[in-house]
Parts: sequence; structure tokens; C-alpha cells
Amino acid sequence: MKLDNLDRQIIQATQTGFPLNSKPYHVIAEQLNVTPQEIMLRFQRMLEMGIIRRIGAIPNHYKLGFTANGMSVWNVSDEVVDEYGKKIGELPFVSHCYRRPRHLPIWHFNLFAMVHGKTRKEVEEKIEQIALLLGENDLDHQILYSTKILKKTGLRLID
Amino acid sequence: MDDLDCKIINQLQGGFPICDRPFKVVATLLEIKENELLQRIEKLLKEGFLSRFGALYHAEKLGGGLTLAALSVPEQAFENVTTIVNSFPEVAHNYKREHELNMWFVIATEKPDRIQDVISEIETQTDLKVYNVPKEVEYYIGLYLEV
Repeated sequence: MKLDNLDRQIIQATQTGFPLNSKPYHVIAEQLNVTPQEIMLRFQRMLEMGIIRRIGAIPNHYKLGFTANGMSVWNVSDEVVDEYGKKIGELPFVSHCYRRPRHLPIWHFNLFAMVHGKTRKEVEEKIEQIALLLGENDLDHQILYSTKILKKTGLRLID
Repeated sequence: MDDLDCKIINQLQGGFPICDRPFKVVATLLEIKENELLQRIEKLLKEGFLSRFGALYHAEKLGGGLTLAALSVPEQAFENVTTIVNSFPEVAHNYKREHELNMWFVIATEKPDRIQDVISEIETQTDLKVYNVPKEVEYYIGLYLEV
């Protein structure tokens, strides 16, 4: 399924946020000169296609007190990484979970799980639960805390 | 932030309705007035508790390129390298992290081919090797933070 011109216009108009108006879809419709029904249909379709992950509020972790931001990285053998990746992704405190390539010798970790907490202790307790889940399949792991945000801008999807 | 703000943030991370008066639907669930909800969201955005309100788009499904990359930057060059890396508009996020690979950044491009160009340009300008770790499988991406 391909995006057409109107879909792209909708994305462009809303990538930095929705209008804060009691009828947000109507406001977008007016901007783009189409009916509100058409706009709502497009949003429904993009959600179903997975083009939109969700609609709602995107919280600022730092500002909300979740200042310990631990990127936990794991070395899990290739044979079982997918099985465990799914299980780890299901843990309620894991916000992102991906498989990524190794770069030997400097980088031997292939599974990334982002864990946010209010303190490092809280993050470490959560990481311990992941380690327990992996058991002997945890060949090695580390937590890479962010010590400084050097840049944070929204992704510009469509210019 | 009071209890109602927390309730609003938790509630709004679920699916926002697609209908004529979506804020009214959410306000009813929270047992407040539509107008109050809108004002609260505006305030939460202004004060930075929410970074955005709207649709969270899936970058790769839009046909763009997205990757995570890392550098091992000598401490004395850190500031200089930060300036170079951040100067690329394609670099969306950049974090200093505690590891030999101490700089981690996300590159997002409208065309997937451009990722490799950005990496090569960063390597040339910094004289450092960029470790590219694009995601191979996405097991989960979090959509909810309980506050």
C-alpha cells in the first residue's frame, strides 16, 4: 500500500503535532481543503497500515523525572536472540527492544533494551530482571547511561 | 503537575479517538470538561512535560532511512566532534554515553541511501570510524510511560 499525495500532506501538516482545538481533524481538513471525513478516514487507514504507531501524547521522560536512561546491551547467541528479544520486549519497563549488528572486537552486543527509571538503582533492578530472564543465555551485558543529551530534535520525516 | 495532569498523561498515551470531537470523548473518560482538557494539554506542552501531542509516525514505513550509530571520541576532541556531528540536520538525537563508544546518535533521512553518505561525511570530517548499528529486528517499541 502506497501513500498518496494527500497522505503526505497530512503527515507534513501534523509531524510536529495536532492542532489543540476541539475539532482537530476539522482544522487539518480546512488547512488541506478536504472534508473532515476524508481526513479521519486517512488517519484510520494510516493507523491500520502501521504508518502511524499511535495518536496521542508523547511524554518527555526527563522532565517527568525519569532521568536515569539506561541503554542496556546484551550479548545473546544468534540462535536464541529472537526468542528472548520478544520476551524482553514484553517486559513492562522496556521501552524499546531491538536486535542490532555486532562490530567485533569493539562491540559484541547484539540486543538492545532501553530502560528508563527515576534513579540508576531502579534501572539496575530492572536490568537484573532481564538478566534473570536470560539466565545462561546472557553471555555478557552492560548498561550505557546517557550522561549528556548532545542533541534532541524531532525526526523530520517529510520536507 | 497534579494528579489530574498525571491521569491526563496516562490516558492520552492510549489511542486518541478519531472522531469529530475526540477531546470531548477523552474528557468524558476523565470526568472533566473538554475545555479543561485542552487547556491542561496546552500547559503540559508549554512546560515541557509533553514533548508533542499528535500522531507518532513510523519513519521506516514512510520510506525513510533510520539508524543508530556510535563513535569512540577521545575526550579532548569531544566538543569538536559534537559540533561536527550535530551540524548534520539528519542527526536527530545525540547522546554522550559511558562506554569506549561514547557518542551515540540517530540518523534519520528522507531517502535510505543518504544514511551511508552521512556516515561517510562524518568519518571524513572527524577522522573517526562510525560504528553503524541499524536495527535488524524490532521486538518492541514502547508506547506507554506510567506517570
